[in-house]
Amino acid sequence: MAVSVDEAVSTGPVRDHTSPARRFGGRGRSVLEIALLTVLAVVMLFPVLWMIETSIKENRDVYAIPAKFFDFTVTLDHFKDVFVASGGRSSLSGSFLNSFVVAGVSTVLATVLGVPAAWAYSRFAVKAKKDQLFFILSTRFMPPVVVVIPIFLMYRQFGLIDTKLGLILIYTAFNVPFTIWMMKGFVDEVPAEYEDAAMLDGYTRLQAFWRFTLPLLLPGIAATAVFALIFSWNEFVFAIFLTSSDDVRTAPPAIAGLIGGTTVDWGLVAAASVVFALPVLVFAYLVRKHLVAGVTLGAVRR
Amino acid sequence: MSDSVPLTTDHPGQVASATPPAPGRSRRLSDRGLAVAFISPALLLLLAMSVFPLLWALYLSFTDYSATRGGPAHFVWFENYTAILTSAQVHLRALTTLIYVVGAVALQTVLGFSIAYLISRRTHGRGLLTTLFLVPMMLSQVVVGLFWKFMLDAQFGVINSMLGSLGLGQVEWLTRQRTALISLIVVDTWQWTPFIMLIALAGLTAVPKYLYEAASIDRASEWFRFRTITLPLVWPLLLIAVLFRAIEAFRLFDLVYILTSGGPGVSTETLSFHVYKVAFLGFNTGTASAYGILMVLVVIVLTQLYLRYLNKLKED
Repeated sequence: MAVSVDEAVSTGPVRDHTSPARRFGGRGRSVLEIALLTVLAVVMLFPVLWMIETSIKENRDVYAIPAKFFDFTVTLDHFKDVFVASGGRSSLSGSFLNSFVVAGVSTVLATVLGVPAAWAYSRFAVKAKKDQLFFILSTRFMPPVVVVIPIFLMYRQFGLIDTKLGLILIYTAFNVPFTIWMMKGFVDEVPAEYEDAAMLDGYTRLQAFWRFTLPLLLPGIAATAVFALIFSWNEFVFAIFLTSSDDVRTAPPAIAGLIGGTTVDWGLVAAASVVFALPVLVFAYLVRKHLVAGVTLGAVRR
Repeated sequence: MSDSVPLTTDHPGQVASATPPAPGRSRRLSDRGLAVAFISPALLLLLAMSVFPLLWALYLSFTDYSATRGGPAHFVWFENYTAILTSAQVHLRALTTLIYVVGAVALQTVLGFSIAYLISRRTHGRGLLTTLFLVPMMLSQVVVGLFWKFMLDAQFGVINSMLGSLGLGQVEWLTRQRTALISLIVVDTWQWTPFIMLIALAGLTAVPKYLYEAASIDRASEWFRFRTITLPLVWPLLLIAVLFRAIEAFRLFDLVYILTSGGPGVSTETLSFHVYKVAFLGFNTGTASAYGILMVLVVIVLTQLYLRYLNKLKED
């Protein structure tokens, strides 16, 4: 007791001395921190802004040396080129449509397979549940370049090479582990007592799931589906090895194909990239609350 | 003593499980049926699309099969494995991959954590800042790769243009042996720093305020607070993020394919990219399969580590 009083008394004046200094130091530090954050934000965002800028620049300005940051001529020609070719629809627009179909269908399939499984894992005493769940997640970590070798041979056997069905199947298989892990978290948050109560009222377990739990899970399902959609939409390795024709090819390999020739139309690449990335950014913004869980494949939840 | 303890704990459980009448048991049976019906489609798909292909690759890895030559596969047993493990080419790729993984993940961790720490100290505009910083992570690797390729172009790239206006010399980012790998690390860091930041931020905002208040009552120094409160509490989550990134970086293919195609020479050829070359350009399917299986083993070890830490984190 005496010691603490002594301490307080003896340090009292010292504290008075440091307090204003510290407060000033705090303010100076705060300014420094904000400046640092601003610089970092500019560095992180500059490539994105530069991409958008390039997509609306005239070709002359795209290749200007030194680079033109502000005084360039604005044009929407590159965006027009993404969708319209001289003959009619461009092949790029076709690949966007393919991406849309493949990502959409595989997401729906992954959701239909994954949500019931997640519910079952959450509610029932499944044998070696933890091991099963870990096995499921670890399939997602396999290097795509390795998996694609046997998949390629398998697809060749079944005639699935260069088909949308083939891509849809592999994307579904890649999204099911994510869907199960992500959805299990959401199902765990819905009390099992709701179903118990419904079953006391005479519903079967299945009806209880369908009528009471599923509606509560809808926001979670939507968020999970959005992530699965983004993963399939962005996927490149399987797409480039398992497809070749314009009718099947999705957008990522098609955009990457733009730099194959001797001259590269960077304006077109930029415009195609913007068109490709914009929906992802919008969707990611919609599910920003679940980003931590989403980007860790449902493993980390906060 | 040791006998009586389990007995006493066993008894209530037995009583409880014996009490539910017959209907309860039949319902549990149908529960099991429901669980099987709900889980098996997903598992079957994974077995068909992930496990079966890997088993096939395992079989091929013991043969001299080639996807283009066709014909029957001859068993060569461990020849492929010894060839890979003793190949100087593979050792070089392993070294490249190691430099890349360690360099990129270390940079991302330091930068990501710093940004998260700076953001967590702000009271205003946190949401907006976080959203802005997260943009690179959501982009496709294809878009990221292409765009950086444009920006790093030696002639009309904006990076060299900026260096030029600062009076600095031009750098051939992607066409010089040493700078190419550095460029790869920089681009990967640009894209994935937000990932570490996001998870570190989740950890930082979860640190209870009263701990800091208690520390400031004790007039602990800033560094002391950071070292004894912030870091220990954020560390487990950060480790998860780091391991996750390490696995992803080890698997990396897209960025190499687009940015450098492994070049110049073989200076940016990672293991993933080398497997691709062996399989799809050399058509040595058997060798490539053995190569792939070895990579899968590394991934399995890393994944086990990751899952173990994850489990520990969940139990706390």
